[in-house]
Amino acid sequence: MIAFILRRLAVAIPTLLVLIVISFILMKVAPGNPFAGEKSVPQAVLDNIFARYGLDKPAWQQLVEYVYNVVFRFDFGPSFQYRDRTVNDIIAQGFPVTFTYGAWAFLAASLIGIALGVVAAVKQNSWLDYLAVGFTIGAQVVPNFVMAPILVLVFTLWLGWLPGGGWNGGHWSNVVLPVIALATSYLANIARITRSSMLEVLNSNYIRTARAKGLPSHQVIIKHALRPALLPVISYLGPVFVGMVTGSVVIDLYFSTGGIGQAFVNSALNRDYSTILGITILLGALTITANLVVDILYAWIDPKIKL
Amino acid sequence: MPPVLTVSDLNVRFALHQAEVTAVSDLSFSLEPGETLAVVGESGSGKSQAFLSLMGLVAKNATVSGRAMLGDVDLLALGHSDLNRYRGKDIAMIFQDPMTSLNPSLRVKAQLAEVLVRHQGYTPEQAIRAAIEMLERVGIPEPVKRANAYPHELSGGMRQRVMIAMALLCKPKVLIADEPTTALDVTVQAQMLDLFKNLTTELGTALVLITHDLGVVAGIADRMMVMYGGRCVEKGPTDALFYDPRHPYTLGLLHSTPHVAKRARRLDPIQGLPPSLEHLPQGCAFHPRCAFRLERCFAERPPLLPVEEAHEKACWYQGELNYEEVA
Repeated sequence: MIAFILRRLAVAIPTLLVLIVISFILMKVAPGNPFAGEKSVPQAVLDNIFARYGLDKPAWQQLVEYVYNVVFRFDFGPSFQYRDRTVNDIIAQGFPVTFTYGAWAFLAASLIGIALGVVAAVKQNSWLDYLAVGFTIGAQVVPNFVMAPILVLVFTLWLGWLPGGGWNGGHWSNVVLPVIALATSYLANIARITRSSMLEVLNSNYIRTARAKGLPSHQVIIKHALRPALLPVISYLGPVFVGMVTGSVVIDLYFSTGGIGQAFVNSALNRDYSTILGITILLGALTITANLVVDILYAWIDPKIKL
Repeated sequence: MPPVLTVSDLNVRFALHQAEVTAVSDLSFSLEPGETLAVVGESGSGKSQAFLSLMGLVAKNATVSGRAMLGDVDLLALGHSDLNRYRGKDIAMIFQDPMTSLNPSLRVKAQLAEVLVRHQGYTPEQAIRAAIEMLERVGIPEPVKRANAYPHELSGGMRQRVMIAMALLCKPKVLIADEPTTALDVTVQAQMLDLFKNLTTELGTALVLITHDLGVVAGIADRMMVMYGGRCVEKGPTDALFYDPRHPYTLGLLHSTPHVAKRARRLDPIQGLPPSLEHLPQGCAFHPRCAFRLERCFAERPPLLPVEEAHEKACWYQGELNYEEVA
């Protein structure tokens, strides 16, 4: 187990390096540069700016210096877009915000989604099942950019219960709406996957054995059926976790949360090389970690898998 | 001694989209304490569904009627939570496929121990100790090691032994074994049958052996019940049915079994196919395949009537059953 984790971490380092190199090349290949504004700037001024950010050096040297700074000084460099902020600042400011509402949304989506899926499967073809299936289909077809304004309309403008935006240091009232808007469609997916996987497990021979033993239904479901049924759900949850805690530009825009999702999109639009790279590396590292956790959970659920 | 299980007028019907299918019709039998009853029939004869219904394990679209008295409790009248007090304790069941009948994500000991915790109020530690003892009793070498294993680490025969151990933990009055040897190697099959015989004798458990393999029956069954098209067509002592079968279907079965039909030079399968339960023939369900059929068999279903002491059959034909006529 520990050997497995160490091995996976050892593989993670070259993976991240490859990720950096590819992202770097893609940015360089794309036409334009961070300072190609609408107004024409004298060439001398541009040269000065390029020199200040090290863009006058050959590309390979820029890459090597960047990697050196990231690896040995944990410095993602200055932002090209905001003169007085470094990428470390941007991440330090935005990531806690998205992580907060993303993690809550993840918790809500997985717990409620799994519970809903299990209930729907256990009560298959009952009104509860139809209600759950109806809800999941409804929730899946409503994209979050429709969901967000509807939530604001209902809870802010009509009912006046919750603020329609802002972060306010993560006060719960500011967190609720982003969480709902982000979680809903994921929740629906999780419920759907759980339901179908649970149905399959409930029809399996070993569940018949468990029933034949005279175990009460809740024990059959929780002890015998749930764990094997969660296998496909877990593999879906890994990438979903990364997607959620790194935020969504839609949520950040609608609720003005100041999260990292918005910063990511802005940086791409403004050709803010260092910010793009910084957030990409963060995403990569999170993805690698989430996959590692998924694999460990897999081995826990299915003893046939040896780590 | 009073019978340990008395089933009367058991009917199992399944509601399909278009029609209703009757898998088991008017089945009645009783089981003496400690005896071994073999239930024999082709696929689709209703033999498995009849016993799954006693355990409350039939599919959701089934309706079960009749009575099944286990002592003075009618199993078929119990709700699920009441039934859970008896199944696994007084009446236990072993299934055909040991490879998929154990939970792949739980250790063997956990799957065994929970039965005792549930029914006998053991603490988990006591239950695990008793489970290991039972594993030893069913002939599993290194029981402590196997108890800690996951099912996929055991062979098919070993897993079926685990299933047997699980079913016998509470010393049930009735053990139903649904084709327990079908999925196993022939060499393992014989061991398994010995084990069944020995353990049920030791514990005084009545054994119902559902099978299509008459070779299995010959060795261990006291009585035999032959089913066809959801009904019992002949039942009686095993020897009587083997040496003096009175129903043409029983005769056909005996002659299609390699072990039994020693005199035949080649195998003689029963002609035709088992009937689809959706379109059961009028009259006697066996008449389209029967060499002895009479005019009457097309229209009227023969009732199950005694032919001798403890030997019953459902057939209009009363003459000698001569195998040459079948062949």
